[in-house]
Amino acid sequence: MSGILNSSIGRKFAMALSALFLMIFVLQHFVINLFSVLSPDTFNEISHFMGTFWVIQYVIQPILIIGVIFHFVMGFVLEIKNNKANGVKYAKNNGAANSTWMSRNMIWSGGFILAFLIIHFIDFWIPEINTKYIVGDMSGMYNGEFRYFHELQEKFVPIWRVALYCVGFVFLALHLLHGFDSAFQSVGANNKYTKGLKGFGKAYAIIIPVGFIFIALFHHFNH
Amino acid sequence: MNLTLKIWRQKDSKAKGQMVDYKVTDISEHMSFLEMMDVLNEQLVNSGEEPVAFDHDCREGICGMCSMYINGEAHGPDRGVTTCQLHMRMFNDGDTITIEPFRAAAFPVIKDLVVDRMAFERIQQAGGYISVNTSGNTQDANSIPISKHAADEAMDAATCIGCGACVASCKNSSAMLFVGAKVSQYALLPQGQVEAADRVRNMVAQMDLEGFGNCTNTGACEVECPKGISLENIARMNREYLSATLKG
Amino acid sequence: MALDSKVPKGPIKDKWTDYKNKIDLVNPANKRHIDVIVVGTGLAGGSAAATLAELGYNVKAFAYQDSPRRAHSIAAQGGINAAKNYQGDGDSTYRLFYDTVKGGDYRSREANVYRLAEVSANIIDQCVAQGVPFARDYGGLLDNRSFGGVLVSRTFYAKGQTGQQLLLGAYSAMNRQIARGKIEMFNRHEMLDVVIVDGKARGIIARNLITGEVERHSAHAVVVGSGGYGNVYFLSTNAMGSNATAAWKIHKKGAYFANPCYTQIHPTCIPRSGDYQSKLTLMSESLRNDGRIWVPKNLEDVIAIREGRKKPTDLSEDERDYYLERRYPAFGNLVPRDVASRAAKERCDAGYGVNQTGEAVYLDFASAIERYGKEQAKIHNISNPTADKIYELGQAIVEAKYGNLFQMYEKIVDQDPYKTPMMIYPAVHYTMGGIWVDYNLMTTIPGCYCIGEANFSDHGANRLGASALMQGLADGYFVLPYTIGDYLSGDIRTGKIPTDTKEFDDAEKEVTDRINFFVNNKGSKSVDYFHKKLGKVMWDKAGMSRNAQGLTEAMAEIKAIREEFWKDVSVPGTADEMNPELEKAGRVADFLELGELFAKDALMRAESCGGHFREESAELDGPQKGEAKRNDEDFAFVAAWEYKGEPADAVLHKEQLEFKDIELKQRSYK
Repeated sequence: MSGILNSSIGRKFAMALSALFLMIFVLQHFVINLFSVLSPDTFNEISHFMGTFWVIQYVIQPILIIGVIFHFVMGFVLEIKNNKANGVKYAKNNGAANSTWMSRNMIWSGGFILAFLIIHFIDFWIPEINTKYIVGDMSGMYNGEFRYFHELQEKFVPIWRVALYCVGFVFLALHLLHGFDSAFQSVGANNKYTKGLKGFGKAYAIIIPVGFIFIALFHHFNH
Repeated sequence: MNLTLKIWRQKDSKAKGQMVDYKVTDISEHMSFLEMMDVLNEQLVNSGEEPVAFDHDCREGICGMCSMYINGEAHGPDRGVTTCQLHMRMFNDGDTITIEPFRAAAFPVIKDLVVDRMAFERIQQAGGYISVNTSGNTQDANSIPISKHAADEAMDAATCIGCGACVASCKNSSAMLFVGAKVSQYALLPQGQVEAADRVRNMVAQMDLEGFGNCTNTGACEVECPKGISLENIARMNREYLSATLKG
Repeated sequence: MALDSKVPKGPIKDKWTDYKNKIDLVNPANKRHIDVIVVGTGLAGGSAAATLAELGYNVKAFAYQDSPRRAHSIAAQGGINAAKNYQGDGDSTYRLFYDTVKGGDYRSREANVYRLAEVSANIIDQCVAQGVPFARDYGGLLDNRSFGGVLVSRTFYAKGQTGQQLLLGAYSAMNRQIARGKIEMFNRHEMLDVVIVDGKARGIIARNLITGEVERHSAHAVVVGSGGYGNVYFLSTNAMGSNATAAWKIHKKGAYFANPCYTQIHPTCIPRSGDYQSKLTLMSESLRNDGRIWVPKNLEDVIAIREGRKKPTDLSEDERDYYLERRYPAFGNLVPRDVASRAAKERCDAGYGVNQTGEAVYLDFASAIERYGKEQAKIHNISNPTADKIYELGQAIVEAKYGNLFQMYEKIVDQDPYKTPMMIYPAVHYTMGGIWVDYNLMTTIPGCYCIGEANFSDHGANRLGASALMQGLADGYFVLPYTIGDYLSGDIRTGKIPTDTKEFDDAEKEVTDRINFFVNNKGSKSVDYFHKKLGKVMWDKAGMSRNAQGLTEAMAEIKAIREEFWKDVSVPGTADEMNPELEKAGRVADFLELGELFAKDALMRAESCGGHFREESAELDGPQKGEAKRNDEDFAFVAAWEYKGEPADAVLHKEQLEFKDIELKQRSYK
């Protein structure tokens, strides 16, 4: 078990595990966001619960942050190692003949997602941490009502931010279109019993980012 | 047909190589790609130049010796064939064809289009066998029934010819399809079970030591593989490796 | 020197067991002081190297490819015979022995063939234990198929890639020994001479094909398993690199060469399409189970087809000549390889060849597709099926049986064999002749052994399908490792053989002189030019049918080509680098000598037997008119040739063949 991260398959496995974890996170994030469209009150309640429940704040949130950092760092490490394994570059290489653009450019889609995440953190996470742990206001209230829905709407007023988020989600879709199947392949789940996963993966990779885009647009046009 | 060839020329492993242009004329569409190369070489010999060195042997797609990267693809644009079975009817009169050696840090060029694939040998020596001595009284071949399904799947993995197209096609120069096929063949058979854990650990360790890259599951290897070895073999190797490692 | 085959006394079924019980052995502690060189790592060389290393000898193995697993044994498709009698159809060691001797047209050594049949069952056990994925039935037990010329199902197979799988098995056994340090593997090395010290083979001179360095390697015994010499014809189903150099070098140093004229010409290969052709591709013999072979009856139709005015499918049944069914009603399309090949040549020589080169006949699956289609319609209860439906159902069956072969044909020829008949023509495939060996597989040089296709031993004048793999593995796994111990037991106190002796100096000088000659010759013609020229003479005058005049001419012509070659060959590049043209030059130089000996042997053997057909020796009347006529009275011997300088001066030594356990009969397929 020791040194599993020193082997190629071990690294691949760790990459896949962190990816599967992040995909579950993205799914729950999406479900919560969806409530902002369906029922602002429910959205507020869940947001408050997520933002104040100690298990989520002190256990899950650090794990998530470590997971995100691990996935990115490992992604870059692997990219560097793989480049080294390549040797001399081909004068002519027809990658499109045997693989998808998405699969060959995970480092780029991943890189853009990282840039998006930084903006996203600046927009939501840092103000949230500031309010709760620097200012010390754990009430989640503003002017006598929950602040979460209101803050969300405010963020999506400027069209540039909406556009930026939409681009971020497109990269997320591209990343997931390869990443979903890839994660299952890496943990060894590819045989005659797992054929159905491929279709599910495609659906996941498209529905979730499109859903996020819809939510962003919805709030832009309905504030 | 008349063609322009852009071919990688490199004197030896230490020399710096370069692409050189050649012209060949009157190529029949029924020629195999290597026969077209024979025409070029005959032309070069007759004009006192050194012919292009390339690996080839059986010329019927089974020995795995031939290894060219043609127009940006291992074994060229056709599917399910090695370079020796690629025919000139896949090209058109006037085409320019780029011909390069298989590229990977673990496959250094020996000369021109000839590469050193000894890394594959060392991986197999690390565990690609079942430890059984030759004797006239091994147990009877029918004493362990093996389900037809397992035997067929093992056979599918065993058809790998070790040409290295998987490595050459991979953007990461990963050898996992090759190693996956070799691990799978034995993992699927009862004879291979006893040493299964050691085998996969040792072969993967050797693969990493040779400097092959990490698999990122692009699937290019499966598409370019002349023998249609499936990605399922990589997944199986991953399972075998993880369970072997977790067991300690 | 009189030939001593060293066949042990006693009844044939006990010979091998009794012999093994009595021969000298080397004790395990002494084996580690003994070195053995194995040249060639196909089925025979690979299995021998692995087994010798397992026993404890230090093995040095040499292959010209970059890996032992690329040897041309890998190209064998059909299967491997073994007298397991798993099908319960009456097979036995004796029956396999009998079929092999008869199939070889009574020109093989009985005791060797019996031993081969005896160990055949062990081969299957060994290969399964190694993880060779043989085909199995639904009960999980091994499956068998039947092959030409026999009455039982005894052929084990792994799809259409049996040779590949067996070779990978032997290779994996080698890998295990390489990992243990017991085999030192020399890939991309070519043996260029054997070194004889005090009359014994004590080492080889080899060239590193990457650096060009000429190296000395010593050992207590040298084993040559370098395959056949089919490439003497230039075009054959052999690999491009397959060569006779190792075998020819030991011949020149004292090993007799036996029966060089015995060549197998396989009837079902894809025809030549033009002068640029570099090699021929075999289509499995199994196709003849369902394919019908024909040419047009009328020459006008032949011309029309060649000019593209007619298609083969345009011809009615009456306009076709199913010549095998016509000539051999009993066996039809399933006559043995030599007979089918000669019949195709006879039709093409008469002008009925159906492609541009005039060297092709049709192999037609239309009636098989229709037959299977009707059967399937019945099985699926389809009443009054349309012709299209029948065709569709039948095609599915043919595809399941031969799909990979049809696909290979389509890739090469660019025609759909489901829609139009395949074109086939015979091609050189295997050489039964080779270095003469005794019962121990030792050549006439003490300490020099020869195994697999490179020796002459087991197939006589014609080899049955699925027997080559069996012989290679029998020699390497189960025969040589025992018999070589008997010889090496005398060497336990010899110590390491030094390489700084005069014998090694001389051998190395001979090799480097020749290499330097080639790179400095600066002639005007490429090596291939001479090889193609030699191939044409061989094919035209020592091919499927031979006569005294043609063979006499062939000897003179080959000699002339050889002389021109040494004057005018051009080898670009230098000696101290990877130089494929230099490699080819050395091999072709040897073929140019071997070819002449081949013709001389064929001229001497004024009888027809197996793959060797002399036009002068045919039945003149009666029901067998025109068929091959064997002459047991004058030619029931092995012709072993001793090298004396020029191939034409080679001296013949005869090993008389005795048949105590089998009655000699004429083969009839009418």
